[in-house]
Amino acid sequence: MAFFDRAARTIFLTELVSGMWLTFRYMFKKRVTINYPYEKGPLSPRFRGEHALRRYATGEERCIACKLCEAVCPAQAITIEAEPRPDGSRRTTRYDIDMTKCIYCGFCQEACPVDAIVEGPNYEFATETREELMYDKQKLLANGDRWEREIAANLRADAPYR
Amino acid sequence: MAEFSWTLLWFDYLWPLIILLLLVLAIVVPLLVAVAMFTWFERKVMAAMHLRMGPNVVGPFGLLQAFADGLKLFVKETIVPSGANKVVFIIAPMITFTLALVAWAVIPFDEGVVLSNINVGVLYLFAVSSLGVYGIVMSGWASNSRYAFLGAMRSAAQMVSYEVSIGFILVTVLLIVGSLNLSDIVEAQRNVWFVIPLFPMAVIFFISALAETNRHPFDLPEAEAELVAGYQVEYSSMTFALLFLGENANIILMSAMTAVLFLGGWLPPIDIAPFNWIPGWIWFFGKILILLYFFVWVRATFPRYRYDQLMRLGWKVFLPLSLFGVALTAGVLVAFDLVPQAG
Repeated sequence: MAFFDRAARTIFLTELVSGMWLTFRYMFKKRVTINYPYEKGPLSPRFRGEHALRRYATGEERCIACKLCEAVCPAQAITIEAEPRPDGSRRTTRYDIDMTKCIYCGFCQEACPVDAIVEGPNYEFATETREELMYDKQKLLANGDRWEREIAANLRADAPYR
Repeated sequence: MAEFSWTLLWFDYLWPLIILLLLVLAIVVPLLVAVAMFTWFERKVMAAMHLRMGPNVVGPFGLLQAFADGLKLFVKETIVPSGANKVVFIIAPMITFTLALVAWAVIPFDEGVVLSNINVGVLYLFAVSSLGVYGIVMSGWASNSRYAFLGAMRSAAQMVSYEVSIGFILVTVLLIVGSLNLSDIVEAQRNVWFVIPLFPMAVIFFISALAETNRHPFDLPEAEAELVAGYQVEYSSMTFALLFLGENANIILMSAMTAVLFLGGWLPPIDIAPFNWIPGWIWFFGKILILLYFFVWVRATFPRYRYDQLMRLGWKVFLPLSLFGVALTAGVLVAFDLVPQAG
């Protein structure tokens, strides 16, 4: 019986027809892709994108040069140099991230005791040259100023789970 | 010696030549536009079946995408590999392209609307589509590349194998019609399209047409995963564009052939009021469009055949089936005294 079953299915191309029926039905389904540059998908508050150095509301930079992020960074992408300022506080003189090394693991922001280094929601920072991906302190602080509202909102949204 | 006469030259030779060239242009230009639109259509339908968007940036609904691609290919550099046989390398795409175009000379678009209504139309079509394999073999050989060569070998074997069953299926149609003229074949379907009495033959013909045009699921000659792009791997710029255009023109040609042989060409499904108001060429283009949709639909649905499966299907399934079809059709025609009388 199985033989006839198989023979009948082969002769009448039932499997082929059912496969084509499936693709035909899919043609009228809703698209799952979005029109990317014009539409963007939702991001989690925990999304780990481009790095930023944050400031306090007073404008003072948060980073205290504890170098925990530099120590924890598995890709060794972070380079920090620090010395005391005239007012006696400890601040960085250099804070570089090599974005070509970074693996976006988020350990730097986990390690940071003052929420200074964070990974923001921006993922569209492709550059035309390699050099532009060697971020320095100035660039990171500028990122912090630019994305502060989104970063603060994300930190607030994620705070209950940390 | 006859006196040289400008009037004679003009009216007997130049004027008919100009008319002929204009007629050829009237077929070729819409055909090339149709090829361009077919690539767009294919990408859109495939995208819909994959739940994607498809091209939607160039022009409304991405309609001009194919022209943008064409422009890009046009301005790029033609790279001829140093190891290639240069003359054959350049000629091969031209052969593919030309053969894909010349076949259209005998396709009847409407009653009496055909460039050359020759009495051996089917034979001509069959000959031209058989010659198509030369362009591919030449391009594969001249490239002097392993991938291209393997692709060309596969393509040649595949096209030759499937042409056999296509030939036998053509014979069944010819037995019923009693003429090799394509217009006569369409006229013979006025009462019932051949797809109904010859349904299994039509299915085999369509599947063989897929193999003949190197389309999915028989696209082994250009199997990306194994051969990069098969025989066209070394081609770039306009030479690639010609191969591509020729291939797509062949797909449309096979659709037109299927429409003429089995779907009644320009004839409406039923010869009654609302249907026969629509002009014949619209019916013809509609049928071609549906068949092209089938080409794309099959591509979106099925995975590629393995090479030995492909050969088995061609020689051990389709060849006996089509032979049996020929015998059966001939038998039925004789038994019921339906053999068409030579007239």
